[in-house]
Amino acid sequence: LSRERLDDQAWEEIEEALLTADVGVRSTTEIVERLRTRTQVLGTRSQGELRALLSEELVAALQPQMDRTLHTISTGDGPAVVLVVGVNGTGKTTTCGKLARVLVADGRTVLLGAADTFRAAAADQLATWGSRVGASTVRGPEGGDPASVAFEAVKAGWDAGVDTVLIDTAGRLHTKVGLMDELGKVKRVVEKQGPINETLLVLDATTGQNGLVQARVFTEVADVTGVVLTKLDGTAKGGIVISVQRELGVPVKLIGLGEGVDDLAPFDPEQFVDALLGDVV
Amino acid sequence: MFDTLSDRLNKVFTGLRGKGRLSPADIDATAREIRIALLEADVALPVVRQFIAAVKERATGEEVSKALNPAQQVIKIVNEELIQILGGETRRLQFAKTGPTVIMLAGLQGAGKTTLAGKLARFLKDQGHAPVLVAADLQRPNAVNQLQVVGERAGVAVYAPQPGNGVGDPVAVAKDSIEFALRAQHDMVIVDTAGRLGIDADMMRQAADIRDAVQPQEILFVVDAMVGQDAVNTAEAFQSGVGFTGVVLTKLDGDARGGAALSVRSVTGQPIMFASNGEKLEDFDVFHPDRMASRILGM
Ligand SMILES: Nc1nc2c(ncn2[C@@H]2O[C@H](COP(=O)(O)OP(=O)(O)OP(=O)(O)O)[C@@H](O)[C@H]2O)c(=O)[nH]1
Ligand SMILES: Nc1nc2c(ncn2[C@@H]2O[C@H](COP(=O)(O)OP(=O)(O)OP(=O)(O)O)[C@@H](O)[C@H]2O)c(=O)[nH]1
Ligand SMILES: [K+]
Ligand SMILES: [Mg+2]
Ligand SMILES: [Mg+2]
Repeated sequence: LSRERLDDQAWEEIEEALLTADVGVRSTTEIVERLRTRTQVLGTRSQGELRALLSEELVAALQPQMDRTLHTISTGDGPAVVLVVGVNGTGKTTTCGKLARVLVADGRTVLLGAADTFRAAAADQLATWGSRVGASTVRGPEGGDPASVAFEAVKAGWDAGVDTVLIDTAGRLHTKVGLMDELGKVKRVVEKQGPINETLLVLDATTGQNGLVQARVFTEVADVTGVVLTKLDGTAKGGIVISVQRELGVPVKLIGLGEGVDDLAPFDPEQFVDALLGDVV
Repeated sequence: MFDTLSDRLNKVFTGLRGKGRLSPADIDATAREIRIALLEADVALPVVRQFIAAVKERATGEEVSKALNPAQQVIKIVNEELIQILGGETRRLQFAKTGPTVIMLAGLQGAGKTTLAGKLARFLKDQGHAPVLVAADLQRPNAVNQLQVVGERAGVAVYAPQPGNGVGDPVAVAKDSIEFALRAQHDMVIVDTAGRLGIDADMMRQAADIRDAVQPQEILFVVDAMVGQDAVNTAEAFQSGVGFTGVVLTKLDGDARGGAALSVRSVTGQPIMFASNGEKLEDFDVFHPDRMASRILGM
């Protein structure tokens, strides 16, 4: 873009960049409004300045000052407990595996809890990840009670004296009351042995506006403390997390960048915004 | 959470007195509301633009100006246009003239392919066919075991000669499965493949190689109803990378509006054939364009 003046087309391109990145109509409108006011006040003329201001707005919406550290170190006697939740197929099990990898590489001992007793071969999948990264897996019978598997995993974590227990749960749509109740029960049962240090909601970057509703309901039921945005290695931009952070104040903490063991990275608001805007504006 | 299109249009038209042609300003306001409603339903922006152009044309015509309730008339037009695009010519599965009929599944990671394989197998078995499921995802951890469990639940055979988890050649497995089906007298072969990104050139080539090895009658592109604006990129990438003959929308049991249905249908022209609406084998239906149109519009 090399035009000198900010014409209608420049504004249209901005709006288009945001909408096609799944930022959503409401957030897009509000961000563009703010930007228009600011450009008037500042007398912004060039495309370059405009892009910088837009970047600033988006980064600000992601509240860069928020604490994004992962709470994987125990504050009490037993292991730290991390609960991983989300709708079907977003990348929960894979994220458990990758996260275990990071922790093990840091010299920590990790135990995985296969509290997805529903999906075909879900526990096998988690156990495969465990053996890849050097973590053992506690599993229950297929079709068994997920809360009791989660409880047993934490108990085994105490007994073995591990540093962190990562609990993988079954994918569930936030609209399914019974399954959301089940998740609430998993959480309560785990908390009988000590606090959950981190509850990660796994959102798929290809998700559109539904991501906001997912985040809202999971946060209510499971006290989500961080979001993991997966599949950012594809063409999707994951702009819905801007609305998620604006509305719920839950920080995005990690991003998934592939199916390999090392494809997990900390979330960096500026890099994210840069990738979101690409070379459009 | 969202205003329905009906609420939005009623607001636009409250100022309107009596019958008569809509002014250009009325038309613009109408188009704006439709645009917002479609974007909130995750219809991809370029598709929204095309769609609105078509609706605008009809909205300036007599059917709206003569209507007692222009808002309802516009909604009727929008709904009709949606159904027309989503429906097109509906068709049944295509069967092979000789030898087994092959259905290949393809799509992004986690879209619901393996689950769909089981549903399709059960659906076909109930119609008197003898399907076999083919484990050609040798990549995702325990995808082979997953398909075996799914096959067991559906009561159908599973061809899984390779363990997966990185071991085995999916193209060879797919190729050999046709021999297997002929020998074991299966008249339908359903090939489950690994999830892949549209921009992953190697994996797209692998999909094309699997296609060439089995020469499927149907390639079904499996897409999650929750997908947002990326639906267009991904559908185009699969269209050009491997090609597909039909679309299956999954996870329709949630509350996503499912605008991806319109996006994929519009940009590829391929029909949406089935709907997956749950995790269980029986949560499966042929696609209903009218239901989908109402859903996108939040009606
Ligand atoms: N490209 C890419 N694929 C990913 C990423 N994370 C996970 N996947 C893939 O997405 C698919 C689903 O991942 P899972 O970890 O099984 O997802 P899940 O949320 O546990 O799924 P359910 O337990 O069935 O709800 C798999 O094919 C993964 O390999 C990522 O960051 N990028
Ligand atoms: N609620 C709901 N869940 C579904 C539906 N279809 C599939 N799932 C779930 O979505 C998740 C992913 O499904 P899979 O069948 O493993 O998806 P896939 O496309 O084979 O995934 P990869 O092989 O990893 O690419 C699982 O938890 C399924 O149970 C559906 O229609 N509704
Ligand atoms: K991306
Ligand atoms: Mg899982
Ligand atoms: Mg699969």
